[in-house]
This record gives sequence, C-alpha cells and structure tokens, in this order.
Amino acid sequence: MLRLRLSRRRPGSGPGARLRALSGATSGRWPAAVGLTLGLVAHPGPAPAQVFNPETFTLGNGLQVVVLPDHRAPVVHQMVWYKVGAADEPPGKTGLAHLLEHLMFKGTKSIPPGEFSRRIARNGGQDNAFTGDDYTAYYQSIARDRLELVMGMEADRMAHLRLSEDDFQTEREVVREERRQRTDTDPSALLGERLGQILWGTHPYHNPVIGWDDDLTRLTRADALDFYAHYYAPNNAVLIIAGDVDVARVRALAEKTFGAVAARPTPERRRPGTLPPAADVVVTMHHPQVHQPELSRLYVAPSRSADPQGFAPALAVLADLLGGGSTSRLYRALVVDQPLAVSVAAWYRTDALDFGTFTLGAVPHEGVETTALARALDDQIQRLLNEGVSDDEVARARHRLTAGLIYARDSLSEGARVLGSALSTGGSIDTVETWPDRIRAVTPDQVMAAARAVLGQRDHAVTGLLLPAVAALAPSPSASEPPASGDRP
Amino acid sequence: MTRSFLRPLIGAGLALLLGTGAGMGVRPAAALSVETVTSPLGLTAYLAADQTLPIVSMTVMIPAGSTLDPAGKEGLATLMTRLLDEGAGDLDSQAFQQRLEDLAIDLSFDAGRDTLTVRLRTTTDTLDEAFGLLGLALTHPRFDADALERMRAATLASLRQQAGDPNALAQKAWFARVFPDHPYGHDDEGREETVRALTQDDVRAFAAAHLSRADLSIGVAGAIDASHLAPLLDRTFGPLPDTQAPVVPEATPRLDGSTTVVPFDVPQSTAFLGQPGLKRSDPDWNAAFVVNHILGGGGFSSRLMDEVREKRGLTYGVWSALYPYQKAGLWMAGIASQNARLPEALAVMKAEWARMASDGPTAQERADALTYLTGAWPLRFTSTESVAGMLASMRFYNLPADYIDTRNAALEALTLDDLRRVAKRLLDPARLTTVIVGKPDGTP
Repeated sequence: MLRLRLSRRRPGSGPGARLRALSGATSGRWPAAVGLTLGLVAHPGPAPAQVFNPETFTLGNGLQVVVLPDHRAPVVHQMVWYKVGAADEPPGKTGLAHLLEHLMFKGTKSIPPGEFSRRIARNGGQDNAFTGDDYTAYYQSIARDRLELVMGMEADRMAHLRLSEDDFQTEREVVREERRQRTDTDPSALLGERLGQILWGTHPYHNPVIGWDDDLTRLTRADALDFYAHYYAPNNAVLIIAGDVDVARVRALAEKTFGAVAARPTPERRRPGTLPPAADVVVTMHHPQVHQPELSRLYVAPSRSADPQGFAPALAVLADLLGGGSTSRLYRALVVDQPLAVSVAAWYRTDALDFGTFTLGAVPHEGVETTALARALDDQIQRLLNEGVSDDEVARARHRLTAGLIYARDSLSEGARVLGSALSTGGSIDTVETWPDRIRAVTPDQVMAAARAVLGQRDHAVTGLLLPAVAALAPSPSASEPPASGDRP
Repeated sequence: MTRSFLRPLIGAGLALLLGTGAGMGVRPAAALSVETVTSPLGLTAYLAADQTLPIVSMTVMIPAGSTLDPAGKEGLATLMTRLLDEGAGDLDSQAFQQRLEDLAIDLSFDAGRDTLTVRLRTTTDTLDEAFGLLGLALTHPRFDADALERMRAATLASLRQQAGDPNALAQKAWFARVFPDHPYGHDDEGREETVRALTQDDVRAFAAAHLSRADLSIGVAGAIDASHLAPLLDRTFGPLPDTQAPVVPEATPRLDGSTTVVPFDVPQSTAFLGQPGLKRSDPDWNAAFVVNHILGGGGFSSRLMDEVREKRGLTYGVWSALYPYQKAGLWMAGIASQNARLPEALAVMKAEWARMASDGPTAQERADALTYLTGAWPLRFTSTESVAGMLASMRFYNLPADYIDTRNAALEALTLDDLRRVAKRLLDPARLTTVIVGKPDGTP
C-alpha cells in the first residue's frame, strides 16, 4: 500500500530518496499532503553534484541549454523549465500558472487539440509537467532517435499555443477536481494552506500553487493566453537534455528547433521583499476527517540563491542532524528515548527565488497531546541553541548528505530535475556543482549560526496542530484519560 | 501540482509487471543482457551486469506476504517486515541504522499481499558489508521489545491516518467486501485490535516459519559479475531454512456488480471498481495487458481519460489496471469526482467498459498502443534499481531470462482479433463491483 503521510525513520530507498537527503531539500520523508500545499511537492529537491558535470551553452535567442550525457540506455529525457510560477500570478488570479501548464497540452497551430501527449505516446514516449511557486516545467522521456521530434514539439508550443474556449472550460474543471482530490479532501493539505498564508503574509508564496477555488472559477481563457504571452519565451527558459546524446547533436537540434523561436522581453520578477510583522502563531485545525493528529512548524529561511550570509549548506546539515533518519536528534529524543512521537521529520527547502523554508514535523504517539509534543520539540530546539552541536553529529550529517553521491547518476532524469530547479530559482550550474563541497566544509559553528538565525527566530515561524473534530474527542474513554506520557518534557 | 495523477497500487512488488502507464519494460537486448546465476546451494538469480557505475542493486521477493497472516493476527507480516531493519545480531536498532548510514547503503523491506520485497542498493566498495547486513537482518533479526513497540505505534498511527483518507478507505472497503473469506480481504497493516494484540512471539514465529530460501525471486543489476554474485547469494541467504512456503488457498472474489456507498463527508467521492481479471500465467495476459492500456492504463491516451477527463472534465484522474495476484486475478479501475457528478462519471466509465467488451479496440488503437508499449520498454531500465526490480519480478512470475528480448515481439504478434477476443472474454460491466467513499448524488 502507498503510505502517504507517515514519515517513518530513515529516508527510504525509493528512487530519489537518497538524493533528496543529499540535497538537504528534505531530510526524512514527510507527508505528501503537507508538501503539496506548501508548494513543495512540485519542487524536486536539488541534489548534489559534481556528479553531473553538465555542459551548457546559450542560443542566440537567450535559451540556456544544459546537456547531461548518460549512455547506459538508448533513451533521452528532455525538460523545459520556464522561470515563471504561481508566485508570479497577478493578484486575484491564483492557480493561473498551473492551469496554463495544463492548457499547454491543448495544441498549437500544427498539433490538433488532444494530440500532444498522443503523439509522444505513439512514439513510445512519456510526458508530463509540473508547476511550483517559481517555475513551470515540462518533460518527456523517449527513445534517442525521437529527440528531434520532442524538441520540435516543445519549441512549437513555446510560441504557438492554440486554445479553444471549450478546452479552457473543461480543463479548468479538471483542475478544480485536482484541487478537490489533493487538497479539499485532505485536512493536512488544508492546514498547510493556512500555514502558508500566515507564514508568508503578503508575499506571493502565501497562495497555494493550485489556487483558491474562487479564483479558479473566475479565471478566463484570456488570462491564460495573457500570462503565456508575457512569460513563455526562450530567453525566460532553460532546456535540459539528459541521456544518450552528446552536446554537438543537442546543439544542432536546438538551433534547428528552439533556435527558430524569437526572443521577447519578459517581465522582471518583482516580489515584495517584506515579510509579515513578527508574531509567533499557532494554527489549530480541528477536522472531522482527522483521526491521527499531526504537528508541523515552518520557519522562513534563506534559500540557496537568496542567502547573503551563506547559511544554506549549514541549514542542510542542520535539517539532517535534526531529522535525517532514525539516528537523528529528534528521532532519538522524541521517538526512541521517550515515546512522544511515532515519526519526526526535518527538511530544508533550498530552491526558491526569494526565501527558503525550514520545516519540522512530528506525528504524536497515541495518548500524547499535540501541545505536549510541541513543547518537547521546543525543548529540543532550545537545547540545541543552548548547548550546541557536537563535532561528531555534524560530521555524520555531512557524511550522510554526501556519501551516496554516485547514486545521483543512477537515474535518467534526476540530474535534469536538480539542475532545472536550481536554474529556475536564481541559481546557476555552479550552485549545484559546488554544493557537496560546501556541505563537506560546514563546521559546528556554522551550524549554530544558521540555527540561531532560523530556529531562534520564532517570530518568523508558524506552528500547525491538526486535530480531530472537537465532538469526536469527547466520548472515547481512552481519550479522556490523562495522556500516558504527555506531560513529559 | 502536476498534470499527472497517482494511481493506487496494491501489493508491494506487483507494480513492476503490471503496466502502470509506463508499460512493462526492459531495454533492448543490445543494451542489456540477462544471465541466470545459480549458486552452489542452488539459489537462482537473474543478473544484468553493467559496469558503467560502481553501484549494485538487488531486489528479492519472498513469499511471506500478508496472506500468511493467521486469522486474528492480521498485520503480522507487515509488523515483522518493519522490524527487519530494527536490529540484527549484535547490532541494536540504532547501531544497525547507523551502520547503513555510515556505509551509504539503502536497504528496505516492504510487505505486500503475496510477497515481502527486499530492496538493497550499495556501491561496490561496500558490497560485502551490504549483503552481510541484509543476511544478518534475515537470519538474525532481534525483534527487540522496544523496537516492536515503536513499529506497532507507527502502524497504529498509519491506520488512523488512513481512517481519514478516502482513497485508503475505498480500497480497504472494496477488498473486505470482495474477499470476505480469504486473506486478500484484510489490509496489509491489519486492524487496530489485531495490531494491538501482536506479540514478540508472534513475530518470531512468523519469521521462523516464512523467512526461507526455498522460493526466493532474486534480481541483481549493476557492477557485479556472476562469479562474484553466486557465493554472495549463498553467504547471504544460505543460512535461512529451506522450508517450502505454505499453500495459500485460491481466492474466489465476490464480484456481483453491486455498488456500496461508504458515507463520508467530503466534497469529492472516490470510487474503486473491480471485476474478474487474470493471473500473470494466463496465456491471454499480454492481450489483456494491451486491452487495458487502451481502456484505462495508458494515461492520457486511454479511452477512460479521454472520455471522462479530456472531453467532460469530470475528474483529475481515472484509471484501470490488471492486478494479477497469485490466487486471484482482478481487473480494477478507480476515479475521484465531485459528489454531484460522480454518478455521471461512473456511467461514462461503465459505458466505455461495455463498448470495449463488445467491440474491442480499433486497429488504430492497437497500433498506437503497440508503438507506445514497445517504444517505452527501454524507459523502464534507466537505473540499477528498476532493472533489479524487473528481474526479480521475472523470476517471481516464472518468465524466462530472454523475456526482455522477446517481449516486444510477443506484443506485436497480437492481432486485433486476439485483443477483441480477450476483451470479450474478460470485460463484463455487469460484474464491476463498486465501492464509493463520499456523498455521491443520489445517496442520503
């Protein structure tokens, strides 16, 4: 069975799990649902590097091209990343970037409606797309001799989207169903939306990527085409080709396909630089669907590309030593030593244009009040701030984050995801390639400086308590007994 | 936010050969050669050696899934499985996990209905330690009391989370209804009352009875050759007993075409549907696989997606899939749609089901499905983990070592008449048995 929300011990061995741990983007698994509403699910973690050794060049129209050769199988993976996402939407038009992502499959003057994915499939390929706060990405995996086909199709829809009113209306309903499926029927996701609103205040990260339903119902075909016309241009995109290719072939094909798309001025991404006034906020959501409470805590943090003090690698180490697997501080303290929680997680979202996010989470043990668990979590953080971290635990975290670097190459698509995410959030290839060395250089003092800057700033944090409906609490005899261990610190 | 949707999968280890949109796949013979490795003790593995990266991945499927849970002890296989990396030999839980982390070894254990699946990934410089830790976990698990309580608490928390998850509720209710008298009717994780009652003795007894080397399905990929692998297999699995797995009875699913509504106060209803399917060993498997791809397995190219989502905007995701359990074959489908429109969405699905049963696919659909399925074959084999997983599944389903080379030709040999015959043989909308979780229109 898929187990969506229980984060259990060390990052799993599923594809990519180690990469996320390595990157510091996530340490420990966390509810897909919470990630989703924070815009995280759509943010592939940046992974480690100096394993990718990409080659790059830029076309005359400004399109940056990155090539990642991998000759193990005769297949290729194409990604096009646009430097536009939900945080770039005009006020009142939340969900527009993601809706446009859906609409990009509706056809062009040379591809009839509904044919885009069919044409890929008929050629043995797979395709999809995703949207985050800062980017929108499209991708295909296909046999290497079909590379020109998919490059031509992406180049075509970069400039020639066609969209009927009927297709617009139908797809908007699909997106509303998506919202119902992933958010409205999932209390974790609903709480995540509220936490994001409070954490970000007036900054556009406060809106869910999928959009508010009221906004969705008011979006128009003209909104979508306008957004497309503003932001979709070669000079605002990154093309990544991974797989059984070499740079000369990619260059020739890129010139032939994307090279024909004219550069256009695109708006500068101007985001409000201020965060809401200092406050330590706790959001409590009682929801009838909840039978297992959850605790989460979000802090505003620097991102890798908006990090004047150079805290990012230390924050990745901090997330790992706090919540990276079953030998981490929080797991040992809250799950092993005292049974206050059944799982804990800590992760650091590195890739964002304006701000990163440092997140802690825990699922309380039966009989433990969520507020008691929150106090225990605070005690652990206070202890870390007071007593510092040991050389040994920093060394172990650095090791965990870099030891399996070679695994990053055991995937056709991972390098493309990691590089695309960095390049579309203000980073460079160098950001990714030097990351492991930066991790290896982190000292305990740097971890503490980063911890004080982020975890010590409770007025830029928000805590979420997800609880059963109030009525559901009363009748059960076991629930009315004093919690077995809830009063322990 | 992605344009794709997650498809529920049931049973660890099954997905690989089940065609989940990506099709079943292996790269062409030219790029991947599979050899059969037999150890001195007689353990057999499929190996795809590839020296490109200094990485070795192994998948092992053990017939020790939740169908072997004794009555009243539902959840035992899962709890035992979750304890396998919680300490072994002289290493307690923390020490065992620390060792894996220090060596950057990925090791996981997952229980499904038919099998327990082991996944191991290591770099070549820690190869012996990685296999050693796996061997230790299987042959000398500690099952310490504190670890058991941790995993019990985690399992109970997972059960409580699922109690609020419409998709989990729909799947559980469907299996409970369709298999009232067979172990397939219970969830892998068991029920709250059974999980609470499980003891250390239960866990030890299950491990002693079912962790055997008699019927392992082993797939290995990466930088290792046969002469190195064979003795490693014996060192790792040799100490296990050689006892045969108990016989699980054949299941007779109760697929009566009924519809059950589980009332749940959410704005969208989730439906889980199923009718009789076929086992992986059925001679019509390939034909059914292609028909399913066209019906609802092929993502955006499938009829269900086209009719329900693309044309009508009734859902974010609708799918169908073959579930070839060892003791029952099922043909499943699922959808989520707002309460007011779920009845319409189900009606469209059933109409498509009936249309496929009566007319089968068109020639164009057959051609498109085959170019996709054969062309996408190599995409399944772009990591050592996915290759190892496929090879283990091939062992599990008794497929020959040259399956990778012959599979595409076998699909291409299927005629339109084959597909129509199999669609008619199997698809029967009158037997589509449905569980809906939500407040669909037309119910109080």
